[in-house]
Amino acid sequence: MIESLKELGPFIPGLLRASLINIGLFFSLITVGFAVGTLVALLQVYGGRTSGTLARIYEWIFRSIPALVLLFLFYYGPPRFGVDISGFMAATLALGFRSSAYQSQIFRGAIQCLASGQMMAARSVGMSRVRSIVSIILPQAFRLSIPGWTNEFSSVIKDTTLAYAVGFNEVLRTARIIMDSAYELAMLAFIAVAVVFLVLTSAGNMAMGGLERRFRIPGLQMPGSRSED
Amino acid sequence: MSPLLRVEDIHKRYGREEVLKGVSFEMMKGETKVVIGPSGTGKSTLLRCINRLTPADKGRVWLEDEEITHTRTNINKIRSQIGFVFQSFNLFSHLTALGNVRIAPMKVKGMKKAEANRLAMEELERVGLGDKAGAYPAELSGGQQQRVSIARALAMFPKLILFDEPTSALDPELIGEVLEVMISLAKEGMTMLVVTHEMGFARAVADEIIFMEKGVVVEYGPPAQLFTRPQHRRTGEFLNKITELYGETD
Amino acid sequence: MVFKWEWVAGLAKGLPLTLEITFTCIAIGIVLGVLLALARVYGNRLLRLLTGGYIQFFRGTPLLVQLFIVYFGLPNWGIKLSAFVSGIVALGLNTAAYQAEYFRGAIQSVRGGQMLAARSLGMSLPQAIRHVILPQAFRLVLPSWSNEFILMLKYSSIVFTVTLLDLMGQGKRLASRNFRFFEVFIVVALFYLALVFVVSQVLRLIERRVRIPGLGVEGEGR
Repeated sequence: MIESLKELGPFIPGLLRASLINIGLFFSLITVGFAVGTLVALLQVYGGRTSGTLARIYEWIFRSIPALVLLFLFYYGPPRFGVDISGFMAATLALGFRSSAYQSQIFRGAIQCLASGQMMAARSVGMSRVRSIVSIILPQAFRLSIPGWTNEFSSVIKDTTLAYAVGFNEVLRTARIIMDSAYELAMLAFIAVAVVFLVLTSAGNMAMGGLERRFRIPGLQMPGSRSED
Repeated sequence: MSPLLRVEDIHKRYGREEVLKGVSFEMMKGETKVVIGPSGTGKSTLLRCINRLTPADKGRVWLEDEEITHTRTNINKIRSQIGFVFQSFNLFSHLTALGNVRIAPMKVKGMKKAEANRLAMEELERVGLGDKAGAYPAELSGGQQQRVSIARALAMFPKLILFDEPTSALDPELIGEVLEVMISLAKEGMTMLVVTHEMGFARAVADEIIFMEKGVVVEYGPPAQLFTRPQHRRTGEFLNKITELYGETD
Repeated sequence: MVFKWEWVAGLAKGLPLTLEITFTCIAIGIVLGVLLALARVYGNRLLRLLTGGYIQFFRGTPLLVQLFIVYFGLPNWGIKLSAFVSGIVALGLNTAAYQAEYFRGAIQSVRGGQMLAARSLGMSLPQAIRHVILPQAFRLVLPSWSNEFILMLKYSSIVFTVTLLDLMGQGKRLASRNFRFFEVFIVVALFYLALVFVVSQVLRLIERRVRIPGLGVEGEGR
């Protein structure tokens, strides 16, 4: 076992470098997910009937189609229409839109959890609808969403490995390449990848926990939040 | 005649606080005793020490000639002979009233389903809830739930029933129906140890009132004596306060 | 864009495998998950530590990595499993970790007073768990399990990476043959949408049948 570990040694820098790609993909897709997710949530809660329904359909579609299928669609789709995008972009969009569907649900739950009294109170002191949303509802909804986001982010960082399926050069593919050149290192290589993610998810959870503590307001909590992967 | 229940020098400590500082008393078969005292004096803890739901730090308890507190005792067998009625009812939410009453006879005593059903219906009717046999706890009022829990205890034919503030969690209008059941049980000769504030109940059927404060028994005696000529000033004070708060019902 | 009807038949060939894998891994997950949860709640210190570690590992690492460890890694240790068995094992072990947590939550939300009541009637600890805690925990955990089933239905698609011909695998095969990746996968997506929809409805029906008034997660079922 120890000798195999030493054999793996030279490959480790490569693995770590590849992990950075996963992390990069994570941040880029989370941004897409956050921006679109917030928009979709707001549309569902405050939009008219049509935009509300459209938003709901959007959510349903991107939550029901497996991530792998979405990856394939975004990877092979654009070229068909003459648009050339990088693998990174394709993965960002595919996983980003998917995440937006989950994030929108989390955010929507948070908004609806706030008593409608908050909105009424804001309007009654003369705030416009938009200002009420921006200054009163959103700040509280963001705080309430933190636990749900922790789950989602943890899920998403792991899903970056799915980009493997479209030939993307992230850490899992790197491990596979190691395996192809030295079959006896397969187990160790994949365990190494597993360890990388254990570290990432633990660090992420701690960071989110810290965020939650920093922004905590006594009395502002979601009733019995259930974890959704 | 030897006592049915003997409690000897019970001590219990929670963290730094000693809640029971050496409590002893006896009960004969058929007696009804009421334990009163300020909140936090360990009255509930005392009841739980008797059937070892909470293990006492020191002291011993006997049910007839079996020592409950002995490590070798089959505690499940003892508990099946002692009924316990909780302040918060603790009915099994996934079972109907009938289900709640018959489950222990079936699973603990091995009774057959048909017989258990009959027994359960009998006990439910005894507490006045025969028509609610098919209802789930969430569909019953607090008073009804508590009566079901009494029926559940009765179905095991206990030698003794412990009541832990059975009416404290009930709305005022619902207290009466539960006390009625308890009074008729006492009159039928059930051995009962009741922790409560309901003085009307105590005056009606208690053979003895035990006044506890700060983890010790301050005074005990027949209700009439404690109410009219208490030996300790605290006893009198407390009884007056209770009567003020809860009224002279009976 | 060209769509061909015969694709539907070709893709449908992958359905049985998708369903088989999903059902089997969920079944493994339920059995193992319940055992893990019971160990976490009622076990001794060592047991709790071990099961906690298991759960931490399977929840903290990607599913695809777990699949590769089983299919490509185990042969290093002399254990060679077929692609199908690898898929089921990896997916099963994974979902068990999540289900264990859901079930643990359910067990702990059955109010403690009921355990006291069960013991006070003379039930032993195993009896109390079996007759009072578990029946309620199973009902409480149902929504989470339904969720997990749908999730696994979607994640079962990863088995195509080890050349299994489930719905996804058939899609890849079909697309490689006629180079119409985008169109083929649109149809694959539609298949999954339909599948998820039907399964959700069925699960919702089951939930409704098993419901007991007053028995729900806080704020639900009342």
